[in-house]
Amino acid sequence: MAYDKFKVLTSTAVPMPIENVDTDQIIPARFLKATKREGFGDNLFRDWRYNGDGTPKQEFVLNNPIYSGKILVGGKNFGSGSSREHAAWAIYDYGFRCVVSSFFADIFKGNALNIGILPVTVSPEFLDKIFKAIEADPKAELEVNLPEQTISIVATGEKESFDINGYKKHNMMNGFDDIDYLQSMKADITAFAEKSLY
Amino acid sequence: MSYTPTTLFDKVWDAHVVRKIEDGPDVFFIDRHFIHEVTSPVAFLGLESRGLKVMYPQRTFATADHNTPTINQHLPVQDPLSANQLKALETNAAKYGISHWGLGNPKNGIVHVVGPENGITLPGMTIVCGDSHTSTHGAFGAIAFGIGTSEVEMVLSSQCIMQPKPKKMRITINGKLGKGVVPKDVPLFILSQISASGATGYFIEFAGEVFENMSMEGRMTVCNLSIEMGARGGMVAPDETTFNYLKGRDLAPKGEAWDKALAYWKTLKTDADAQFDLELSFSADQIEPQITYGTNPGLGTGITHTIPTAAEVKDGEASYKKSLAYMGFAENEKIIGKQVDYVFLGSCTNGRIEDFRAFASIVKGRKKADNITAWLVPGSHIVEQQIKEEGILDILTEAGFQLRQPGCSACLAMNDDKIPAGKYAVSTSNRNFEGRQGPGARTLLASPLVAAAAAVTGVVTDPRELIA
Repeated sequence: MAYDKFKVLTSTAVPMPIENVDTDQIIPARFLKATKREGFGDNLFRDWRYNGDGTPKQEFVLNNPIYSGKILVGGKNFGSGSSREHAAWAIYDYGFRCVVSSFFADIFKGNALNIGILPVTVSPEFLDKIFKAIEADPKAELEVNLPEQTISIVATGEKESFDINGYKKHNMMNGFDDIDYLQSMKADITAFAEKSLY
Repeated sequence: MSYTPTTLFDKVWDAHVVRKIEDGPDVFFIDRHFIHEVTSPVAFLGLESRGLKVMYPQRTFATADHNTPTINQHLPVQDPLSANQLKALETNAAKYGISHWGLGNPKNGIVHVVGPENGITLPGMTIVCGDSHTSTHGAFGAIAFGIGTSEVEMVLSSQCIMQPKPKKMRITINGKLGKGVVPKDVPLFILSQISASGATGYFIEFAGEVFENMSMEGRMTVCNLSIEMGARGGMVAPDETTFNYLKGRDLAPKGEAWDKALAYWKTLKTDADAQFDLELSFSADQIEPQITYGTNPGLGTGITHTIPTAAEVKDGEASYKKSLAYMGFAENEKIIGKQVDYVFLGSCTNGRIEDFRAFASIVKGRKKADNITAWLVPGSHIVEQQIKEEGILDILTEAGFQLRQPGCSACLAMNDDKIPAGKYAVSTSNRNFEGRQGPGARTLLASPLVAAAAAVTGVVTDPRELIA
């Protein structure tokens, strides 16, 4: 599915300094019953965001109007748990294009990259600086520069590099996905399958 | 060319690389693909919007499990959204020629239970499914892991995914497990030592006497929980136990094909001196029956212990306090004797025949405690049949328990099997996340023995006290 190309994103950010934010929090299983990919943003962080009667929990960060932006900043081990791509869909559908953490769970990270969300892994120290910058000024902006592979706190100019493999970087910058690539090598796959043991 | 010792993982991985992309992932060939109703519909929509076909329909197997009711399966599914997903799976499978074991089919059950018991899962294979507990199939010496829906679409359309090769870790445990300590306790113990992110970025090989002496059911429980350690997956080298389990299974190779496969499977082991990126080892006598007290599977301990203080766990203090507050627990409290309201036996972690045998061994001659609601859910119809044939159902019934019908059930509470808010469930499943078993539900993960002990005493109880 096509997604927005990602080059340089400058935006305010939403802070979520909680560790082990798992996919059941991002999107609880009872909201996985759709057969189409639409509307998942409405249930992003459903049980942290809303009371049982559907009223917003005022203390939750997404319900606090002073925080907004296209970047979500989470604590260590973000996205642990289920393989549900719905978690990444919900984050994208809500309007985030980048998630920053000191550590991502593997499957979530892969899913994010496959649908056009850039997962940016920073050092625990830099993550702490980001949280402090947002705490000091909720309108503090971050700049995520994919071509340069850097993330910086705009006001202070503090900057760190992040890793991404060249193939995925190229895809993200151009809005390509893996299916396009795999379709282009069908002959190789057929030859491989013919020798397969199973 | 000089000989380079390699790991089991390397042998299986390298045999499936169609192309290596420079500064990118490997194009990785998939032998078997399982699909279920929740993570596949959008993948089929994607195929249709691109005008693509399923490249090898015979390599994909569909079963309905996540959303299915566990009572009255002969009646139409009540929830219209669930019914719609089940229908979509059936329609997509029929349209593309994929084998489908839907509700009512005698082979229906949880995807990670039916794959192995029907001989679809074999050593040396690569296996994926849009479900993180696909790691279960690693018990057979396969590389098996969960994927997202975009990748489901990739496998359907090209039988490949793009995958960076993980690092390698070996966890060795020697010795003999003590009384009342069963396979589930082993990964829960490892989790308590390395945390829920301790193996992120790695693929694990489980080695040593404890795993060598384990049944296939036990190895599946262990590999199932490797994802909870953060690992991409876990595997155990195939051996006689594996071959004996597979021989004669419906879809396992037969005759000459069996002999040929067996010769290959016997080569699937880690060479002496092969290098891992990380090696950990523990001793079996360190492990007592385990139970979790927090909201991630790494927050567990021996059942006789107290709840640790924030300083004693790897999670940050704020996250740990949030976790205990959700559970209604405090630091330094004893876990034994804690209130229990629900007991759940089942899931892809502990929904196999051995788990029901273990549960029955404790409840035999005892009665279900009055304060306990128990949901006993077999992993498949084949397991359900075994429970009946072995007389286990009679033991359960005599003790005041009922058996439900197969499915994922209260493990993720997508169907009606939800633990009510604030209630405590001792659960043999795999995740104790906030709300996992229903909004506000509080989960204590444990083995079938610990679950049975809670079911008959009404509180958290050391099962060793109930074993003669």
